[in-house]
Amino acid sequence: MIAALFSRAWIWAFVAAGITFAFTAAIGQTAGGTGLLVAALTFSAFSVIVGLGQMFVITLGPGNVDLSIPATMTLAGTVSLKYMGGAAGADVALVGLLVALGIGLGAGIANFALIKLLRIPPIIATLASSFVYLSLAIWSNRGIRIKPPEALSDFAIGRSLGVPNVAWLALVIAVLAWVALNRAAYGRNLSATGQNLRAARLAGVPVDAVRAITYVLCAGLAGLTGFLLSCFSGGAALNMGTEYLLTSIAVVVIGGSSIGGGRSNVPGIWAGALFLFLIVSMLNSYGLGAGVRLLMTGVIIIAIVAAGSRPQRS
Amino acid sequence: MRPNLRILLPVLSLALLLGAVFVIQPRTMSYLGLNLLFNLAVPIALATVAQMIIIMVNDIDLSVGTFVSFVACVTATWLNDAPLIGAAILAASVLAYAGLGALIQARGLPAIVVTLGMSFVWAGLALMILPSPGGASPGWLRWLMTAKPPVAPMAIVASVLIAGLTHLLIMRSSFGTVLRGFGGNERTLARAGWSLIRLRASAYALSAVFGILSGMTLVGLSTAADANIALRYTLLSIAGVILGGGEFTGGRISPVGAVIGALTLALAGSFLSFIRLSPDWQIGAQGIILIIVLAARLLLSVRRRNRDVAA
Repeated sequence: MIAALFSRAWIWAFVAAGITFAFTAAIGQTAGGTGLLVAALTFSAFSVIVGLGQMFVITLGPGNVDLSIPATMTLAGTVSLKYMGGAAGADVALVGLLVALGIGLGAGIANFALIKLLRIPPIIATLASSFVYLSLAIWSNRGIRIKPPEALSDFAIGRSLGVPNVAWLALVIAVLAWVALNRAAYGRNLSATGQNLRAARLAGVPVDAVRAITYVLCAGLAGLTGFLLSCFSGGAALNMGTEYLLTSIAVVVIGGSSIGGGRSNVPGIWAGALFLFLIVSMLNSYGLGAGVRLLMTGVIIIAIVAAGSRPQRS
Repeated sequence: MRPNLRILLPVLSLALLLGAVFVIQPRTMSYLGLNLLFNLAVPIALATVAQMIIIMVNDIDLSVGTFVSFVACVTATWLNDAPLIGAAILAASVLAYAGLGALIQARGLPAIVVTLGMSFVWAGLALMILPSPGGASPGWLRWLMTAKPPVAPMAIVASVLIAGLTHLLIMRSSFGTVLRGFGGNERTLARAGWSLIRLRASAYALSAVFGILSGMTLVGLSTAADANIALRYTLLSIAGVILGGGEFTGGRISPVGAVIGALTLALAGSFLSFIRLSPDWQIGAQGIILIIVLAARLLLSVRRRNRDVAA
């Protein structure tokens, strides 16, 4: 049982996260262990939701990656806040959520249309479309800072049973993602497509439908995260998605999913997200300058990826 | 696509855009006007060549922008104050790139993740070297970039030189041919007795050299640097390679096309401001230009395939 547990790659990511937590909590002078844990769960929740979307896309196989996640987040955050306009009430919040999800849906469809119709590699397609989404966000934002409805920001900041609400939400989404991957036909089809697209197609897997669903799912999750993040941080900002480009890819890789596709790992996304946040806060609590912090973050990510890989590229 | 067709589309896009700019703003049709239009194209073209070399070996470099920023910071500080130390730092960064290529090959790492991680490293180093915008360009670099050669402005002369030299290096030299073959089918080269690790390392080192030239010319033009000076080069360089007819796999790239692609992107910015497009849409319009060119390329290649079938 224990041997079987430790043969799983994501266990090590959790172990690494635990060690980092201990180190950070030991030297942390201000918040202490509980405060750090709450912060870690909160911020990891956002990375988990976008990371799951990116994981689905990366599982599609070599060359599949969604670079438009930050732009989609920003667009969904700004437009949904604009629709809600700071008004209160459950129906307003629901409209905002639907707007954010709708933007994600639209972005996903647009991304897949570019990939499919123009036969562009996904990297270029999502890069090009992200420029357009970002322009839309700039155009709709126009420097106005709209506050989210109070009930929503209370929800995004609040806790239930001691655990941040956003972390509960990310947990539910992670469980749903696990079910979709491991217990539903969609997940089987996704893995088959990622392992060998041609073989999957010959075996009767509806490859194009799987790819379409996956890009829409990823953009939808990005839209949801943009909505949550702008409620959490009291407004949308044009650069709010920027750091999630690296984060979304890094948590997938640290979590033990194969970057070549075909193999995905849901618990690893949580482990990767916690680890990434804790590393950054550890470097913060050592009181290092911004330059050293960036440098260390980069070195650590590369070291983890290098350590977790198998030698020789196939 | 055949090589001649591969270069046709980038040339057409550039000519079309240049024609449009001339029509809207005839005063740009002069030595001074062209210089202003293409002023910032030289560092972009060099960064695009750097990206092209990585794409040639089937990888992608998401750290080009931060690397060029890092080089710019080194150039505006160390290379200006203590040229020897500055040159040593830049040489070390070439070695770092080579090491990265070797690591990626030896451990079978995804380049997209490694270079994304490296973008943090370069950004951190740039901040440590130059915490706030400043520094100064070495005099000779400033002189070089603001020189006024006869007949054509510096930006044009430099672009032609870059295109010609990289064409010789990548398409004509045996070194370039081996690297393109490496991108095409690395197993074949391994069978032929080449060290794959050494090949990928040398491709990355060569890319770093062009990245360094990009950062240095950027400082020569802007006379100062900051840690974020060239962040947008990552996206611009990828777009430039694709606009120039490069493909993501198989070592199929075009150095001349890449330089033309970079010029097109540099020109697109001027064009968009000439037609008084709201700045909100500047980024989005670049995305749309990219999509249009790719759609045109698809149409061309489909037509050619049909003709081949008919023949």
